[in-house]
Amino acid sequence: MNRVVVTGLGAVTPLGHNAAAYWDGLQRGVSGLGPITLSATPEELTQKVVAEIKGFDPLKHFDERELPTLDRVSQIAIVAAREAIAQSGIVFDLSLSVRTACIIGSGVGGMTTLDDTYRRVYRDNKKRVYPLSIPRLMVNAPASQISMHCGLRGPAFVVASACASATHAIGLAFHMVRSGAVECAVTGGSEACITFGTMRGWEAMRVMAPEVCRPFSIGREGMLIGEGAAVLVLEPLERAKARGADIIAEIVGFGMSADAGDLTAPDVEGMSRAMQWALEDAGLSPQDVQYVNAHGTGTAANDETETRALHKVFGNHARSLAISSTKSMVGHALGAAGALEMVATVMAVRDGVAPPTIAYLGPDPACDLDYVPNVARKMDIDVALSNSFAFGGLNAVLVAKKYS
Amino acid sequence: MSDVANDVIAIIAKKVRVPNHPKIELSDRLEDLGLESLDAVEMIFDLEEKFDIQIPYNANTTRTEFDTVGDVVGAIQKLVDKKNS
Repeated sequence: MNRVVVTGLGAVTPLGHNAAAYWDGLQRGVSGLGPITLSATPEELTQKVVAEIKGFDPLKHFDERELPTLDRVSQIAIVAAREAIAQSGIVFDLSLSVRTACIIGSGVGGMTTLDDTYRRVYRDNKKRVYPLSIPRLMVNAPASQISMHCGLRGPAFVVASACASATHAIGLAFHMVRSGAVECAVTGGSEACITFGTMRGWEAMRVMAPEVCRPFSIGREGMLIGEGAAVLVLEPLERAKARGADIIAEIVGFGMSADAGDLTAPDVEGMSRAMQWALEDAGLSPQDVQYVNAHGTGTAANDETETRALHKVFGNHARSLAISSTKSMVGHALGAAGALEMVATVMAVRDGVAPPTIAYLGPDPACDLDYVPNVARKMDIDVALSNSFAFGGLNAVLVAKKYS
Repeated sequence: MSDVANDVIAIIAKKVRVPNHPKIELSDRLEDLGLESLDAVEMIFDLEEKFDIQIPYNANTTRTEFDTVGDVVGAIQKLVDKKNS
């Protein structure tokens, strides 16, 4: 079994278009929230606030002739992948590329294209749609496009498990590198679905906060939708050492579970089993963990249930944990959230900084742990968890460890 | 009972999960009728469609405002009156 390390990171987020800007924003507690601009006719929406990637100009990254094939969800995925690969310093020649996996999480794929297409035919009564609508919107497009643009010829596919998609994707990639099934992996998640139809769908769920997402806080009013892409390059430790790569952190565990219960209500048992499995997979005990990047959506139900699950898994040690929800800053990027959060977790481990939960007003009796309120915390972090819990009761948890 | 109350009760009745529950009364609590969070969200949708109104409802914060069937009827009556005024 290989030890698996992260040697490259890339991110396109509401806090900036690269991983360094994103991590800097998280540490400073910057809010990425703002008014909706990406939806057609936003004035018709009840929901006014989301976390958009601001000022992303595709022409800075792509030839004009390439763009008809690329939905926003693929554009940001490719930009994040290019950044991660460049940082890793790996050159994917033919023999390496056929043994490199490209596994990307996405909840819904090319929703902007789908929304535009339906708007054309149903609202504008047009008779035809853009010829490349289907390959733009297919949910596997981000993985396909990264594989094409970055020349990765091994196992490539998209994992879809709603809000846990990227965590499942990174977990699979981690296991494939650990077992030696592949030589390297380019893995993460991408989501860009701030469209009129999607926002109407979220409005109907009745779970969104009007303006501010304040996870685990008293007075929290719900989640806010975000978007983004984040990619990590994984490879065996020995390989990274042999080529003198800068090792950012180690990935040591991955756990999964299904609630087999309610469609949308979170479940203490399911959450706990995923965390316990991840720790077992890592060969670690709960006392070894210092930081948890929580799922922390900001809904009444998730945050209370996740807190109970943390108590269950960590016992008395739960009170010693630093726990934060970076969704307070970048919203909920759904199928990409797990990747954005794993980048934050990996950087937290490397730099010894727990990013904050911003907009935190004070303790809720049902959320009685240390959520790193409002200000980042410098602290020794040897082991950290990244939690993702999806609609449909699908849970996934990754464990990162400081490389030493 | 008002027309609004009858319509609201008919919509709620479709969501009741308690077997052989007797006739729904205004004093019945939604929780006691077995309505779970998704049932409430579906109920709100049905009510909005039926009365052509928008109900400000956030599942994170409004659980207590819609405690009984009577609370729902009262809220809908207000919104319908406002729409017709």
